[in-house]
Amino acid sequence: MDLVVIGAGVVGAACAYYAAEAGLSVAVVDRGPVAGGTSGSGEGNLLVSDKEPGPELELARASLRLWIQLAQVLSSDIEFEAKGGLVVAEDAEQLAALREFATAQARSGVAVEEVGPGGLHDREPHLAPGLAGGFHYPEDAQVQPARAAARLLEAAGRAGARLFLGEEVTAVTTTPEGRVSGVRTARRRLLTGAVVNAAGTWADRVAELAGSYLPVQPRRGFVLVTEPLPPLIRHKVYAAGYVADVASGEAELQTSPVVEGTLAGPVLIGASRERVGFDRRISAEAVRRLAAGATGLFPVLAQVRILRVYCGFRPYLPDHLPAIGPDPYVPGLYHACGHEGAGIGLAPATGLAIARQLTGAATDVDVGPFDPGRLTEAAGARPGRGS
Amino acid sequence: MRHRAEPPSAEAGLPVRFAFDGRALAARQGQSIAGALWDHGVVAWRTTRGGGRPRGAFCGMGVCFDCLVTVNGTPGQRACLVRVAEGDVVTSQEGYGRDELAI
Amino acid sequence: MWSPRRKGTGVTSSPSDGTSPSDGTGRSGVPASGGPAARGSLPTPGPYDLAVIGAGPAGLAAAVTAADSGLRVVLIDASERPGGQFFRHAAPGLAPRNKPVHHKRATFAALSARLAAHVRGGRITHLLRHHVWTAEESGPAAGSEGWTLRHVLVDGAPAAPTPADGIRVTTARFLLLATGAYERQLPFPGWTLPGVVAAGGAQAILKDSGALPGRRIVVAGSGPLLPAVAASLAEAGADIPVLAEAASYTGYASRPGVLARNPAKAVEGVRLAADLLRYRIRLRTRSAVVRAHGTDRVEAVTLATLDRDWRPVAGTEVRIACDALAVGHGLVPQLELAVALGCALRTAPDGTPAIEVDGQQRTDVDGLWAAGEPTGVGGVELALLEGRSAARSMAAAFHGSGSGRGRDARARAATARRRRFADLMATVHRPGAHWPQWITEDTEVCRCEEVTAHDLRRAHELGARDARSAKLLTRAGMGWCQGRMCETAVTCLVADAADGADAADGDGSAPLVPARRPLSCPVSLQDLADSTPSADAGPTATPGASAL
Repeated sequence: MDLVVIGAGVVGAACAYYAAEAGLSVAVVDRGPVAGGTSGSGEGNLLVSDKEPGPELELARASLRLWIQLAQVLSSDIEFEAKGGLVVAEDAEQLAALREFATAQARSGVAVEEVGPGGLHDREPHLAPGLAGGFHYPEDAQVQPARAAARLLEAAGRAGARLFLGEEVTAVTTTPEGRVSGVRTARRRLLTGAVVNAAGTWADRVAELAGSYLPVQPRRGFVLVTEPLPPLIRHKVYAAGYVADVASGEAELQTSPVVEGTLAGPVLIGASRERVGFDRRISAEAVRRLAAGATGLFPVLAQVRILRVYCGFRPYLPDHLPAIGPDPYVPGLYHACGHEGAGIGLAPATGLAIARQLTGAATDVDVGPFDPGRLTEAAGARPGRGS
Repeated sequence: MRHRAEPPSAEAGLPVRFAFDGRALAARQGQSIAGALWDHGVVAWRTTRGGGRPRGAFCGMGVCFDCLVTVNGTPGQRACLVRVAEGDVVTSQEGYGRDELAI
Repeated sequence: MWSPRRKGTGVTSSPSDGTSPSDGTGRSGVPASGGPAARGSLPTPGPYDLAVIGAGPAGLAAAVTAADSGLRVVLIDASERPGGQFFRHAAPGLAPRNKPVHHKRATFAALSARLAAHVRGGRITHLLRHHVWTAEESGPAAGSEGWTLRHVLVDGAPAAPTPADGIRVTTARFLLLATGAYERQLPFPGWTLPGVVAAGGAQAILKDSGALPGRRIVVAGSGPLLPAVAASLAEAGADIPVLAEAASYTGYASRPGVLARNPAKAVEGVRLAADLLRYRIRLRTRSAVVRAHGTDRVEAVTLATLDRDWRPVAGTEVRIACDALAVGHGLVPQLELAVALGCALRTAPDGTPAIEVDGQQRTDVDGLWAAGEPTGVGGVELALLEGRSAARSMAAAFHGSGSGRGRDARARAATARRRRFADLMATVHRPGAHWPQWITEDTEVCRCEEVTAHDLRRAHELGARDARSAKLLTRAGMGWCQGRMCETAVTCLVADAADGADAADGDGSAPLVPARRPLSCPVSLQDLADSTPSADAGPTATPGASAL
């Protein structure tokens, strides 16, 4: 076995897919089913609109190009939809801030177009009146994340990858020299020289099993799901405050409305952020604010019923950047995790970069800024082994 | 065809008149829409949004939402829970029941 | 807008003196209404000493018993009349003129009278047609210990509007979950045809509206509800050509001692058997409807004999003409709130999840009790016992006293005896491992999203292993009912195969993992947006919260 990927979410699936395509023999292990963690709790955002110029935006743009290719290769049931994003401002001040943000993004190559207040309703007929204007990002897209993960794994399987579900990794074994030598589950031992930690919000535990350290924390988010509706919202529509919330590191509850339709019918409403550990209990306050925000943007939704509320735990790293690449202490251990709320969008570029690193090829995108070493160094010291 | 379990009892009072898909029907005081429609031999008043197949009351207690119907213009009402009121206009619900919102 | 009492202003100290709910009225500023709808109860939002969710046998028994002990109680239920599913009854004037449809009429009449007296006396506030969509621990920041419940009115305009209709949030120190159960369904080809109805559903609509889904009704499935359903449908004038029970009643004989110690159950069984005889209803055990036929509605069903693992036996099929089918396979406890609040659960012998409680109906969460079907399906007598037992335990906790030991011991023994019988019943009627063999590839499993067995079997190949991952890959369980109708079947179909089954058939006996449904019922965005801000809402709480 050349490689064992721990985690059958979309990031692990993408790592397995590109590694298998590159000719490596791959196994994917997950304690649960496919997409059983955060991949199954997201809206499937493939966004450039919410990212400021910098390494994450470059990764997102590369990843979006890969998603467009994958949409040709994988089953259409991944529901890839280049729906575009529409960011709206309530007043002139917000609009000016959005304009500054968009101008910088445009210089980095992002396609973006200002939409005057009169033009908003041509694009979204049900938007509330009185908005100051907005920006349209035609590249923003969406996939159905659980199916995307499942179809990536299926394609990886066709290229020879093996999938072990319902098996928790109990140990990452190492040679006397400290190199990765394999992983153990209750049912089997897999010998391998390379392990990819794609355990998402639980990646800190895998790092610890392998004798390393990764400061991943859960950043909780709620999503409201409406009754099935005919198409009434075309874009991913969100309020100007969303970008600031994404970039913030606050632990307290933050909400800003994000509203979008899905091909299946229901409208999805986000987005809240708070760091409260793995607490799954519903926050009536978060739900209240999301509902108020959504009906503020789309008054037509007021009488529409919410059928479901669910929460997910974004894998949060302190600098909001993912960890992609070799562990600084344990040779053979790689990380592909910590993508926070952008994991679906960033998965293909992450998977391709990992596959390239494993095969000694050059990566398309500079993944230096995502080097896991930045986190362990910042933490000050190498953790003790075998605790 | 009527499937009435009991003839209306004397104390049930006057029948309640309502319209169902353009038909003028009578219900007994206090009956649910589902019960009133069953009395008239009607067991389907919704079509599914995928296959367009007919559906009516199933669980009978508000859990399954298969009996959704439009009452006085409000879609998505559970016929097993809503009582017939005098003059109600009840219409079969097709698909989403909110097609007027489509863009 | 209302203001909950701050901690220490009396909410935890003084039991109701029984005089009136005047303190709550004055503070909330809601005028006392003399209208007929007010019925002596006033729409105070609390805080109450106890909130009981569900006015079925368990909730009703608990509410009146707790009120007897001096607690101020709010009883919240989605129906327009108390009684739950078991005591469901028609509006005044609509009831059948002859024999009552339901048994235990006297028990219910007594409970109803006590409820009415307590409502008049102001000890119980009864919120009708309210569905609780979430319960939260209030926490110190909310100004009171205990629970905050948020609720909405159910569909349709109320026949008699009351001031309480406007209440959307209630606080209470203690909380009792008596949320009942809904029917377990096992799909078969044709089960989505109009005229195929849930067994309990047919009975419910008969009880509250006096209507039947057809004239010739086959009753099928499994469980002790079926003979009662068949008898009441027949009594209402339906022709019941056959009652098909998938299990074998000989299962009860495997534990004769349990039956002997539950004479009431034996009597009930004898009476139901007599009913079946009286209406000439043929009982066929180890049989199931394996297909419903028809185009726009059911016209006939195919019945087949099952082996002991519920595998249809080839060559045993018979076709029976009918214009309706009433079908159900037992009950599933309604656990949305229990799961959301993190209660410890157990798997009951019928494979359904149930709340773990101690001998006093306490859950492992402080201040939270549960009674009736949510603690494991057990029927009406057990629900009544548990409701009373929970009320005594809550009263003792409230008054800081012990309760009558002797009485408690006797009640606990009675409860334990009933529970043993319930466990036996659950074991007998647990679906066999191979029932998925009667499902065809094109059988619609998820009624809401029209997901077929083929789709689910494909999802298993793609890595779905439980209801949640199957839902994400197929949409089964994502529709209006949120999986309540298909969860058992979806779980079984994507489970790894039972011994001797094809991989595609999964495991028909796979236990049901409790689904997370943080919203107990659909709620409009308007209602969610208008819900009261949490007092500990954090830095950007709306200005309205500052009044708290």
